Parts: sequence; C-alpha cells; structure tokens
Amino acid sequence: MLALLVNGVSHQIDVPADMPLLWVLRDVLQMTGTKFGCGIALCGACTVHLDGVAVRSCQLPIGLVGDRAVTTIEGVSQTGAGAKIQKAWLDLEVIQCGYCQSGQIMSAAALLAHNPNPDDADIDAAMAGNICRCGTYVRIREGIKHAAGS
Amino acid sequence: MLPDRRKTPAASLTPESPAITRRALLHSGMAIAGGLLVGIDFGRARAGAPGPGNVSMNAFIHVATDGRITMIMPAVEMGQGVYTSQAMCIAEELDVGLDQVLAAHAPPDQANYGSPVFIVQATGGSTTTSAWFLPLRRAGATARAMLLQAAAMEWGVEASSLSTDRGVISHKASGRSVRYGEVASKAARLKIPTQIRLKDPSQFRLIGTPARRIDTADKTAGKTVYGIDVVLPDMKFATLKGSPVLGGKVSKVDQAAALGLPGVRQVVVLDDLVAVVGDHMWAAVQGMRALVIEWSPSPHAGLDQRKLWQELEAASEGAGVAAQREGDALEALKTGVLFEATYEFPFLAHATMEPMNCTVHVHDGACEVWVGTQVPGFAQSIAAQVLGIEPSKVTVNNHYIGGGFGRRLEADGIGKATRIAQHVQGPVKVVWTREEDISQQRYRPLYHDRLKARVENGKIVAWHHRITGGSIMARWLPPAFKGGIDIDAVDGAVKSPYDLGAVLVEYVRHELPVEVAFWRGVGPNGSVGSTECFLDQIAHETRVDPVEFRRRLLARAPRALGVLDTVAQQAKWGAPAVASTFGARTGRGVALLISAFGSYLACVADVAVSDQGDVRVTRVVVAADCGRVVNPDTLIAQIQGGVVFGITAILYNQITFSGGRVEQSNFHNYRMLRIDEMPSIEAHIVSSTQDPGGIGEPGTVVVQPAIANAVFAATGVRITRMPIDRKLIAKTA
Repeated sequence: MLALLVNGVSHQIDVPADMPLLWVLRDVLQMTGTKFGCGIALCGACTVHLDGVAVRSCQLPIGLVGDRAVTTIEGVSQTGAGAKIQKAWLDLEVIQCGYCQSGQIMSAAALLAHNPNPDDADIDAAMAGNICRCGTYVRIREGIKHAAGS
Repeated sequence: MLPDRRKTPAASLTPESPAITRRALLHSGMAIAGGLLVGIDFGRARAGAPGPGNVSMNAFIHVATDGRITMIMPAVEMGQGVYTSQAMCIAEELDVGLDQVLAAHAPPDQANYGSPVFIVQATGGSTTTSAWFLPLRRAGATARAMLLQAAAMEWGVEASSLSTDRGVISHKASGRSVRYGEVASKAARLKIPTQIRLKDPSQFRLIGTPARRIDTADKTAGKTVYGIDVVLPDMKFATLKGSPVLGGKVSKVDQAAALGLPGVRQVVVLDDLVAVVGDHMWAAVQGMRALVIEWSPSPHAGLDQRKLWQELEAASEGAGVAAQREGDALEALKTGVLFEATYEFPFLAHATMEPMNCTVHVHDGACEVWVGTQVPGFAQSIAAQVLGIEPSKVTVNNHYIGGGFGRRLEADGIGKATRIAQHVQGPVKVVWTREEDISQQRYRPLYHDRLKARVENGKIVAWHHRITGGSIMARWLPPAFKGGIDIDAVDGAVKSPYDLGAVLVEYVRHELPVEVAFWRGVGPNGSVGSTECFLDQIAHETRVDPVEFRRRLLARAPRALGVLDTVAQQAKWGAPAVASTFGARTGRGVALLISAFGSYLACVADVAVSDQGDVRVTRVVVAADCGRVVNPDTLIAQIQGGVVFGITAILYNQITFSGGRVEQSNFHNYRMLRIDEMPSIEAHIVSSTQDPGGIGEPGTVVVQPAIANAVFAATGVRITRMPIDRKLIAKTA
C-alpha cells in the first residue's frame, strides 16, 4: 500500500510502484480530468503539480511521488495562480475541444505561481511542452498575460 | 453569467402563407430572409428521451417544469463551438438566455438528427451552421409559438397580445405572466403549427453576438466527460495492437508472460488484432509489451512510399472522368504560352489529442457503447453488424469529443472495440496508445494534382486540372459518389469563380491499399492548395504581382475580391515580410479560398527560412467573408485554430510507408506545431448578410498555399510535394 496526497486528500493505493501517476489518477482514483495524450511526455496533456512544480504524470512512477503533494486540474482552483488562469481561460474563451486544456492550465498555473509577470520567452519556455491540436496557442499566450495582469 | 438580453418582439403565426419544405429550402441554396415564413416538418419529431419533469416540445427542445431548457444538439461538439452556436439559433427564436440552456448529445436517430447536407447523422465538412441555421431556428420558433398558444388559451386572450423574455410569457394588459415550464405540458399537446414566422435579423439579440461558450466552464475545471473518461461499475480496461505491417494477420500469440503480470486479466486474440484486458490501462499496456505476437506475411509487405508516389503519378496519366467541362480546354492547350505543374499531397494522420477509444458492454443480446463520435448512426450500425443484432439493440452514448478533424467520422474503432468486448465479461474501455492511434489509422488520401494553363495577354484562356487519388465518398457515402466523381476530391477545383477561359477538371480514382478518410480541410487542401500555388507560379513567370494577377481573374466574384483586397490592405501587401532572427531569407505569399464551404478567405503568410532549410511562419493575416455569422468570437477562434492545423501539416506532417509499415508513431516523428513556433495571427471578418458559410476548415486550407508561396518568395524554390522538404531549401544544398 502506498499513501498518495491528491488535492489535499490522502489515498491508500495498492498498485505496482512503477505504475505512472497518470493511470493511478484516472483509472484507480477515477479522477479523469488529467488526460492521456502520448504516454511519453511529449504532449503535456497529463500535466499535474508535484509540490507546485509542473510534471508529466504519464512518466512519473507512483513509487517516486513519496509524500509530495499532488495537485490536479480538479484541485487547481484552490491555488491563487490556478484560479486566475481558469478565469482568464474563460474571459478570453481560450478553449476549443478542451482535451489538452487540463494540461495547459496546469502548466500555465505553475508558470504564473513562480513568475507573476512572464514575458513571451518565459511563456514559450513553460508552455512549449504542451501540444494543442485545436491550435489555441494565440489565446493561451493572451490568457497567461491576462491572468498575470489580474 | 450572460448579460440580460433586451426583450424581443413576439413572432406571429401566419397560417395563410404557402408551405416551404426544408428540402426545398436547402436545394434553393438556403435563401433565408428575415421574417421568412417557413413550413414546419416536426410531425414525427417529439423524439429524444426527456428526463423526469421534462416536456418534449420537439426533437430539439425539452422544457423542464422549473424552466430549464434542454437542447438536443444535432451536430456534435469537438471544439468548433457548435453546441453554443446551435443553442444560440434555438434560443434566439425560443427567446431564452443561453445561461438557461443545458446541451444534450443527440442519440443515433437519422430521421430527426440526420444532417440536411449528408442525410446521414454526421458532423463534418464545416457544414453545421449552414445546414442547421434555419431548422434550429424553426424548432425554437415553433416551440415558442406553441407555448404562447397554450398561455393564450389559458388566459382567454389572443396569442398576438403576449410577449416573451427569458422563458417567461407576459400579458401586458392584465399584468399576468407564466414561465414556459408551467405551460409546457399543455403546449406540447397542441397541434404543431405548420406555418411560422422567423425573426427578422434586425431583431436578433443573440445571433451575431460574441456569446460565451456553454461548454467551456466545465472544460476549464476538468469536469467535462469525454469518451475516454467514462467510468462504469466493474469496467475493465483494454489496449489493442494491429499488425505493424498493413494487412497482416495474427498467426501466433504467446500470452504466458502477459498473463503473469499484476492487473492483467485476459488476452483477446482476433484474426487481425490482439487486445490485453486489465484492471487499468497501465496493466493493459504492460501486458501488451509482454506479449509475443507473430504476424502472418502480408500481401502489402512491399508497400513503400517512393513507389506509392510513383504509382499515383502513373495513375494520373490514365483515364479520368470530367467533373467540369467548359469549352475545349485540351484543344486550346495545344499551342500558345503554356504553363504546367504537378503538386503532391501526403497521407496525413489526424492525431486528435484524445486518442481513439471506445467503451462497450455486450450483454443479453444487446450492446451499449460509450464513445465520442461524429457519426452516432454509423456507430450504432457497426456495433450491430459486428454482433449480428438489430441496431435498435445498440445504445450509443455520445460524448464531448477531444478533437475530431474527420477521424471520428469513421466508426472503424467502434467496430474493433465491439469485437473485443464480445469476448469480455462486463464493460470494457478500449484505449488506443498514441502509437496505435498514429500508425493504425485511416489517413487523408495521397493526392496528385496536375495543372496546365495557357496565358494570352496576361489572361488565362485555358485551364486543365486533373486530380488523382483514392475516393473517400465512394465508401463513406456511396449515394454521393456518382458517375465516377468524388465530389469532395474535386471540391474547390470545379466551378471556380476565377475566370479561367476554357476549363476541364478531371478526377482519376486510384485506390491504394491504404484506407483513407476525411481530414480537416478535406478535398480543397489539395485542389485549392495546388490551384493557389500554380496561380502564384504563373503570376511570377508572367511578371505580374500575385494579388493583382488574381484580381484580374475575379471580375465575376465580388466576395472573393472583397476578401483579397481586405487581406492585401491589412497585411500591407507590397511591404517586405517580417524580419526574423530565425532566418535571413524571408518572404510573403498570398492565397485565396473559394469552395463549397460557402465562405471566402484570403490569406497572407510571412515566413523566415533558416540556412538549414527550416521554415518559421512569422505572421499570418486572414480576411474572411463567411456570410451571416452566429458567433463572431468562435469564427475568429476557428480561423486561428485552422491556421495552426494547416501550418503544422505543411511544415511537419506526412505518414509514410516502408516495408508495409507506417514509419510514424508519436509526436516525436509526427510533429505538432508548438507555442514557441507560433506566428502572430490576425483575422479580419468582412461583414456580410449572405447565407452562413462554414469556418471549421477553410483556415487550414488557405494558409498552406500562402506558406508555400511565401517560401518561394524567400528562396526561389517551388514546393510541389508536401510537406516542405528542408533539404530543397537549405542554403548548403
């Protein structure tokens, strides 16, 4: 049994230690807001926070999480930066199909929490790991700036 | 929360007017005037299963006693914003606020939700707004008229003396008011009016406004349930593997190692695929890795990309079918100043961010399916076919879709999932790995476009466009495949508003062993793409500015001319391309899109090319005339997104075969444009009151030739095979 702290709630989980956090969240805890996109950390759809740092949960074995706090899209509104990003995403209607947006929001929230006034280069560096097939990048960039200014 | 909308004047029933059928309207090109009287054909249409406390007014509208309105959405939501735009059309005439609306996915039901364009129930081809703009408004107006009538009867007053606002009916003279929900039961029992008056556009309070989307709040919070997110009691998880070599069959499977892994429950071996079933996706994936599968030799083991290109080129020399013939183009092309070019377009995967998936429960002679699909009816029929049961025994629960782009116009995955589920106790969620999703697809066809033109005194006097490729329509919608012509493949080439003199457009159907499917932008990606590159070539070789060259051909196409002039002005055509540290060689290109999407787009793209031959698109300006617009913010979003999709394709994407195997598998070798590679994108809407056109795909189509032409301007090299090959434009080459 492993203990896992997700969005402030502690869970006891009986899974192989090499099982990626993504599948623990989605298929064991039934928290399906975190998405499967590529399985090899190329697309960012599975992004969550580990002690506030954005990580790709598809490549993070559950056995390596330890006692670090996991925050997912379901809980990110409880963080100041997360709530700002979510509001900006709606204010600017960033989202289209929305499938990648859990990951986009988690990456953007982590960026904003560590850098309250990111410039274009900061945004490129923090967000280039998140693919959006609908092509919402123009609004993602505007959304982050909008949130930073709010 | 949306702002309060101003009160709307009451519509009135006008029984004396002649009936106009839905079909006649569509065939007349949907000439829709404000306040038009239309016939209603909802006799069969109190469909859908209203929840408790809900009254069904017609196939699209359920009114709850508490006043909430559930709208059943005939076109699916895959990001393009149509749940909002469809709701706007209904809400406009029903006179409710968008904040009062709940959207429901339509069940398979062709009679009620079949597309007026395709007849079958399908969302695609950028047709949602043009197809449903009028029927949904009529549904809203009809329901409102019946609700008004019920209130009028209850109060003993004339319906014409009543007004409505946000789902409340008021009688000003007596000060009485009642909510829709309170009279819905009575209203639903009334005879459906056969004549209805729609609002005059001057009275619109929703249509034409940048309304907030009704689906994005849940998406922002991670609450939206896509097909892949379905959770059912006692559900198992599976992943599958098809033959790495196209057409191979399973010959032998060693399951021992897989079945020994924790969480692995079962291995399902079918003739053409193997699935591993487990307690979670990780177990299924690990189990799949542990399987030792032997595949039988395939007749397609020799499939090779170089040979595929050659085969298509050879086929393009064969007999074709004329899709358009005006004058004798072939005779005219025997002499004079002639131009000739060929363009080639690769297989493309859709790479939706939500990998293909489908959850199926087969039990007691019936089947239930949970999936996100663009074709709910096809989903139902393929599951029924697999199981040998009546379609009525198959329940399809549709979902929000994590990207469609045409991939989910195909039900092949639902068939595979059903075949797997047949062998599994209880519900099973089948999820494709990204590698399976990319390499076991139906792809955008390989196309070969051959163009010839004759120019006299700066004018084109003869034009021959020959399009060669596999037909999607022949398989997907056989009744639409007539006389050997795939209307999608030649869309954008036929009936060009350019003045081209004598015209011959031909289609050569040539099927390769690779299954093909619609892909965002569909036929016009090739037909418009090649035309726009060829026009650029002729303009350059006849020393005429490419914008001016097109202007001279557009005397009979004022809307096309309008967007071309707008984009030239907004982009400051004639000024140099944006300078970039990415590469010293820069250029700008222009392209125009006029096709059956019903919209007109013009695009100017700037590029910078590095010494190594890498291309960065630095600025894109689009002008669009899409007729009457339902939600202008969505229109802009679709142009922005469509442009990104097109840039991605022309810079990075192709599916290639070697030894019968697809060579691409995930985002490292099927690359997506990322935010740090983004150009600025400016979209300018040319205002219009013409019938609505489509916008989901045109941006994808128009940006690609603009980029190819910009690369020529930067490097002097014509890109004739997509995607751009960096070796051809590297400085050291």
